[in-house]
Amino acid sequence: MGEQYKIIDHRFDVIVVGAGGAGLRATFGMASEGMSVGCITKVFPTRSHTVAAQGGINAALGNVVEDSWRNHFFDTVKGADWLGDQDAIQYMTQQAIPAVIELENAGLPFSRTEEGKIYQRPFGGQYLADHKTIAHRTCAAADRTGHAMLHTLYQECLRHKANFFVEYIALDLLQGPDGEVNGVMAYCMEDGSIHRFTAKAVVLATGGYGRAYLSTTNAHICTGDGQAMAARIGVPLQDMEMVQFHPTGIYPAGCLITEGARGEGGYLTNADGERFMERYAPTAKDLASRDVVSRAETLEILEGRGGGPNKDHCFLHLEHLGADVLAEKLPGISETARIFAGIDVTKEPIPVLPTVHYNMGGIPTNFHGEVINRRDGEDVVVPGLFAIGEVACVSVHGANRLGANSLLDIIVFGRAAALRLKETLPGLKSPETESNAGEAALARFDKMRTASGKRRPAEIRDAMQRTMQNRCAVFRTAETLDLGVKEIREVAAQMPDIGITDHGMVFNTDLVEALELDNLLGVAMATMDSAAAREESRGAHARDDFPERDDEKWMKHSLAWVENQQAGEVRLDYRPVKSQPLNDEVEAVPPMKRVY
Amino acid sequence: MSANKVVFEVYRYNPESDQEPHYDEFDVDLNDCGPMVLDGLLKIKNEQDGGLTLRRSCREGVCGSCAMNIGGTNTLACTQDISSVAKNGRLKITPLPHQEVVKDLVPDLTHFYAQYESIEPWLKSESPAAEGRERLQSKQDREALDGHYECIMCACCSTSCPSYWWNSDRFMGPAVLLAAHRWIVDSRDESEGERLDQLEDPFRLYRCHTIMNCTSACPKGLNPAKAIADIKKRLALRKL
Ligand SMILES: Cc1cc2nc3c(=O)[nH]c(=O)nc-3n(C[C@H](O)[C@H](O)[C@H](O)COP(=O)(O)OP(=O)(O)OC[C@H]3O[C@@H](n4cnc5c(N)ncnc54)[C@H](O)[C@@H]3O)c2cc1C
Ligand code: SF4
Ligand code: SF4
Ligand code: FES
Repeated sequence: MGEQYKIIDHRFDVIVVGAGGAGLRATFGMASEGMSVGCITKVFPTRSHTVAAQGGINAALGNVVEDSWRNHFFDTVKGADWLGDQDAIQYMTQQAIPAVIELENAGLPFSRTEEGKIYQRPFGGQYLADHKTIAHRTCAAADRTGHAMLHTLYQECLRHKANFFVEYIALDLLQGPDGEVNGVMAYCMEDGSIHRFTAKAVVLATGGYGRAYLSTTNAHICTGDGQAMAARIGVPLQDMEMVQFHPTGIYPAGCLITEGARGEGGYLTNADGERFMERYAPTAKDLASRDVVSRAETLEILEGRGGGPNKDHCFLHLEHLGADVLAEKLPGISETARIFAGIDVTKEPIPVLPTVHYNMGGIPTNFHGEVINRRDGEDVVVPGLFAIGEVACVSVHGANRLGANSLLDIIVFGRAAALRLKETLPGLKSPETESNAGEAALARFDKMRTASGKRRPAEIRDAMQRTMQNRCAVFRTAETLDLGVKEIREVAAQMPDIGITDHGMVFNTDLVEALELDNLLGVAMATMDSAAAREESRGAHARDDFPERDDEKWMKHSLAWVENQQAGEVRLDYRPVKSQPLNDEVEAVPPMKRVY
Repeated sequence: MSANKVVFEVYRYNPESDQEPHYDEFDVDLNDCGPMVLDGLLKIKNEQDGGLTLRRSCREGVCGSCAMNIGGTNTLACTQDISSVAKNGRLKITPLPHQEVVKDLVPDLTHFYAQYESIEPWLKSESPAAEGRERLQSKQDREALDGHYECIMCACCSTSCPSYWWNSDRFMGPAVLLAAHRWIVDSRDESEGERLDQLEDPFRLYRCHTIMNCTSACPKGLNPAKAIADIKKRLALRKL
């Protein structure tokens, strides 16, 4: 295989895979510490999915109302429905303040308050110390916060002269003799060359896998590549059943309307014009946690109160906010609603429905970003491998992520990984390269490139997406999930029949989509199996047949090892939740009933 | 429902097999397809020709990947609806003009990105921010950044500018000049003089002859021509 493909070798201290918010923060963190770092990305950095984030990033700056990171800590533990690790949640909420200040100091164009401070708006599920008064914790650059942030981070990388490998597709991780991760194989789209990157450590920052579902707010490129690469070297995937549905995806296009729209005063109605959230969450109403609002919408629709000819959606009202507020605070979504729903938000409500949005689950790590496996009931660090951002499960989001905690997660843990590597890099082994390293990755690549079966990638992808959408959505029962477990395997079994049209090497997007599909399938299987096994309702995982949370049996993280994707072999196990914070600066939040 | 067909006439070039570019025609039934040009192209790719090559990511007009020339105008495939640009049931699609083509609808933007980097697009400030706090910026000063920071670097503007077509080796082009202006007008940035020095050059800036193609091309409604005019004005004032 090696002879057929010319391989170009590179050597760095660290390789970062991914140039979204997490990857870029890690990259310039390392570059500024003098490490040699290469960042591989399948799209030009500012085209990463982080660019689409709208509403903002949480930090208890107290610019609008007095606040404390301890409130943020409490809300995050509660929002996570007690499946989050409290040590990591303390780390994130405490670091939030310096992290956001650092972004501003780097030039991020935040919106401003009258005093010229960073503007903060309310978001769902966030309160002051009385747990009742709505907090203003979400720092925003209008409704384009992710865009502003991603561009700022890229600019910081340019300032630090970071090395980028743009439009390179990472294929698989490389390992040394003791299982340590020491590199990655990649395909360069532009000229069709194959590259072998050798490094003391690899940081996966490849984002989520929303494209496993039919209707998602996620970009086309969110295909679970990092999760799948980790799974292929025997790392389990954690809490994969925890898939967040956002209550306000535009019907039917799926594009997002930020929760910030409700933060600014927007509200939901059903077909009867009723503000139904008042019934489901009397205190928080439209600003209850996302899982709660998505479930309420789904119930309204199921009970026949949905809007439109098919009674299949709800309405988000912004008309009453007035053209000025809309233009200053929500210009981006006003444009999106006009383009994708033909709606003038100053006059009419936007049709919306719950849409797949975020993956709380992912590659398990500690709060340094180091990937952890589990053997014989013990956690073991996978030497040389880090995961940060949406691809990882630290776990700070548990069973349900609070809005605006992900942009925070990606910069806090991007920085944490850089800090950790600064300490540990000298002790990490210099990679031993064998001339045949990467053979297996190349074989997989070659097989797909020459695949000439009768099924188009799009056909198999559609079958997978429909299976996930129909069997593993907002409401789940043993019946739907067991069917899903069977059906997703039937879809995976079609892969030997796949055939692509383009067998060339240069910019072969047909091939890349097929490889992405292969990645998505294993990740989807882990999601379905973990969901079928968890017999309780917690956060985003709502079971009709087990409507209550069951802390005694299920306050634990699911782990799924995809051992043989083709044959549908997935092994499940569990790891306890960390219910203690890092230190005594904050008190642990014991499980309690979660009401909004 | 009767078929509502549009013929997509798509520029094709595969460096591995084609000597010359050519056009392929594909029928797209609008009754069975999303409304946007990107929906049409992906439908073709999914069902008719998996080899059709283009860039796409966000599908909602924020990442800047899918810029191309659609019916004679540079714009984003994901926010341009098919029915309002198809003429007599036909729609012609080519890559952004006057750029090297990597394959089909994928232009080589390496030079465009290098020019962006050359203006040192990051905050330069000698005075440190108050320890552990944000730099203050009035609402009014922040407003000066509107119309700049929203740029998605799609290159629709630069590749519609005749001056850029013929002089892109040295002329920065509207997108990059807009980016430079973003820092010049940022109240937190303290390097206006240095930034203006760098642009004061017969080619880098002054190849702009105010043709305004850039502003009409911008899919985000930004106005690079106005920003360029302001840079020229600042340079003129500096000479007084
Ligand atoms: C519409 C929308 C709005 C949102 N709004 C908010 C918000 O307001 N606040 C908030 O906190 N969160 C928000 N989120 C969530 C948040 O944006 C994401 O979770 C976060 O940006 C993920 O960042 P990341 O760096 O982990 O990954 P991404 O930004 O997805 O980046 C992944 C990177 O990995 C690269 N990559 C992937 N696979 C490969 C491969 N095989 N080879 C090479 N490179 C690869 C990609 O090129 C990309 O650079 C929103 C999400 C969506 C969908
Ligand atoms: S105004 Fe200047 S930059 Fe814009 S198109 Fe005309 S010449 Fe080009
Ligand atoms: S100014 Fe407009 S057209 Fe030009 S690159 Fe930016 S977004 Fe694109
Ligand atoms: S796909 Fe992102 S702008 Fe069109």
